[in-house]
Amino acid sequence: MGSDIALANTIGRHIIHAGLSNSDFIRRATINFDVYAKSVEPFTLEVGEKLTGIPGTAIAQLAEDYARADRAQLCWTLGITEHHTGTDNVLALCNLALLTGHVGRYGSGLVPLRGQNNVQGGGDMGAIPNKLPGFQDIETDTFAREQFEARWGTPLPRTKGWHLSQMFDAMETGELTSLYIIGENPAQSEADVKKARHLLTGLEHLVVQDIFLTKTAELADVVLPATASWAESDGTVTSSERRVQRVRRAVVQPAGSRDDVEIICQIAAKMGHDWGSPTAEQVWDELRSLSPMHAGMSYRRLEELGGLQWPCYDENHPGELFLHGRLWDEPITGPPATFSATPFEPPLDELDSEFPIRLTTGRRLDSFNTGVQTGAYSSPIRSKEALALSPEDMGAYKLQDGDRVLVRSRRGGIEAPVRTDPTLRSGLAFLTLHFPDQVDTNLLTIDTWDKKAGTAEFKATAIAIERLGQDATPNDHSDKRVDK
Amino acid sequence: MTSTVPISLQRRFDLTIDGKDVTVTEGQTILEACRQVQVDIPTLCYLETLTPVNVCRLCVVEVKGSRTLVSACSRKVEPKMEILTDSSRVNTSRRMVLELLASSVDLSLADDEVGHWMQQYDVHPERHGPQSDPAEEGERDRGHAGEHKAIDGSTAETVAQPIKRDNGQYLRDYSRCILCYKCVEACGVDAQNTFAIAVAGRGFEARISTEYNVALPESACVYCGNCVAVCPTGALMPTIEFDLRESGKWDPKSQTVTQTVCPYCGVGCNLELHVQDNQIFKVTSPLDHSTTSGNLCIKGRFGFEFVH
Repeated sequence: MGSDIALANTIGRHIIHAGLSNSDFIRRATINFDVYAKSVEPFTLEVGEKLTGIPGTAIAQLAEDYARADRAQLCWTLGITEHHTGTDNVLALCNLALLTGHVGRYGSGLVPLRGQNNVQGGGDMGAIPNKLPGFQDIETDTFAREQFEARWGTPLPRTKGWHLSQMFDAMETGELTSLYIIGENPAQSEADVKKARHLLTGLEHLVVQDIFLTKTAELADVVLPATASWAESDGTVTSSERRVQRVRRAVVQPAGSRDDVEIICQIAAKMGHDWGSPTAEQVWDELRSLSPMHAGMSYRRLEELGGLQWPCYDENHPGELFLHGRLWDEPITGPPATFSATPFEPPLDELDSEFPIRLTTGRRLDSFNTGVQTGAYSSPIRSKEALALSPEDMGAYKLQDGDRVLVRSRRGGIEAPVRTDPTLRSGLAFLTLHFPDQVDTNLLTIDTWDKKAGTAEFKATAIAIERLGQDATPNDHSDKRVDK
Repeated sequence: MTSTVPISLQRRFDLTIDGKDVTVTEGQTILEACRQVQVDIPTLCYLETLTPVNVCRLCVVEVKGSRTLVSACSRKVEPKMEILTDSSRVNTSRRMVLELLASSVDLSLADDEVGHWMQQYDVHPERHGPQSDPAEEGERDRGHAGEHKAIDGSTAETVAQPIKRDNGQYLRDYSRCILCYKCVEACGVDAQNTFAIAVAGRGFEARISTEYNVALPESACVYCGNCVAVCPTGALMPTIEFDLRESGKWDPKSQTVTQTVCPYCGVGCNLELHVQDNQIFKVTSPLDHSTTSGNLCIKGRFGFEFVH
């Protein structure tokens, strides 16, 4: 766990030494190969095996299969990104695609699988601190910024804002005193959540707009009840494959809740700005007029075509099935792709004799994040949250399924039952974040974040395990649980 | 580079359907060729998104030179084929298939077109006599391959048995099961690759079963509901829909279907929300949408309660 860069670098070195790199593609479409080749040179199969625990022969086979494939994709989720080296983890994978030419062609590519139905759309719409809608940079793209200023009739900041992790840092230093949260539950989802709750509680003013009274909303001065965007209001979402699709109102929302657009426009009105009461389509059309990559996506076309994948520059543009095809133009269009040296660093929360077990967190099939949405339905495959341990560690700690343990990290401790999971290897433990009311996993996790992307290292925590008494109800199906 | 043959390189050739010349494309099935020229072929076990299994025998047609009737859903077109879709042999066979099914299985919730075919092919299941008594709970599940009980001929054999309701999300009413295999295929290689169900037993004892007939929560089932979505007779049904029907509140006229996108992960599965009285009672996904071709996971299919 946390040795992704070591694995990628070992694969890269093996591809180079086996003579399987795509030297023609590297020469035509990339720069910085020599720096990269030098940086991976120490990662022999033996070193790779030692750092990752994966047999060198298996790494070699994987490298050769990947390099020789007609078409190959690297797909990943938060197991790659939720590390303090998250950005470098991704770049290490990009290096492999550049090394083999598995990018910019039908069926080949790099595929970050998004974990939420509109996390791609959120970024595309400018819900990141340095971008305007349409992925246009607020600091460097003066032309785009001026377009927005002209359209909105107001000057915009010329410098980027804070990302989520920086906001929590700013709360700590007292620079950030008011917060308006829409549809997020950081009081349960943040790493080192005890600290996060303390900071949220210390704010001068907290506004939460959500469909439920979440734990975060309970801390708020003002709660704005919103509608469930996928079933109670109209609009669009953007999936992992950059496909913009329509969501539509199917049921009438509960009394007192309002559509997000309506809430925001009414707050603007209270602040003295008349934004009218636009429909979702009118808001979307304004976006299309300012974001070139969405310009061709009218509601009519989204309806007819079952969604469109950006970029889609005009109403005759079919959208793009994959990106970076320009690297295969002869000569290439635009700048060459850059190899990056990606040095390996182990997770910051080090294993030692006091904290010898590596804890990683994630999701299970039938649940979702902090359980705000999935807690409401009865799932026949949902079992009570338990610390999953390898059979070897269950033996070493003399534990039986259902025994309760105290799990401690350098930040805090929780009690949880244990369960054997034969898919885990010795020294690795797993918890979900779905049931914070039962097992408050994020009391353990470390809030150190990747300096480039601001993502916390949820995936690698050092823990200690100590046996407690017997659990009264081991592993029962707790499908009656309702957590709103 | 592995790839399918580009459409432009596929051969085109002629054959006849019911005496009319038709130009078809190599690789098409007889069923696709017939639909292309608006010749209606009834099907029960066929679905565009599943591999044909040729079990219902309702789509059979006559091909000149072929000793037996052939199933249109899987047989590929060949040059100069002479296909008859409306001959007396074909119609007799279809009538027999429908009659045997309707005499032994409850088809009252089957797709509307089944009722139309029953009229079209002059189907009279009642001539096989009154239905015999339904099986006791678990009785049909105890049958072994090759086991047959003696029949007295005075009543029509039936697959009727009590409903299996062993989880909160969907139930299994095998009195309605025509053994079309769609659920087995959706659970297996055609969609989910979970293999929680298969056909157990042979002949009239054949039935869909989990491994060792365990209850669904003890089986490999992951509750994607892709089996429920492809069931053509209502044998598999979401519990909420079943209870709505049982309570007498079922009102198709007041129902709406709205297409939207799943609120969970980033795949972007399209959902069709079936709503009555402002309550979602069923979630399906359009077969013809490229994202998942009608398939969902447990969250998309059943995880909508939080809206209410």
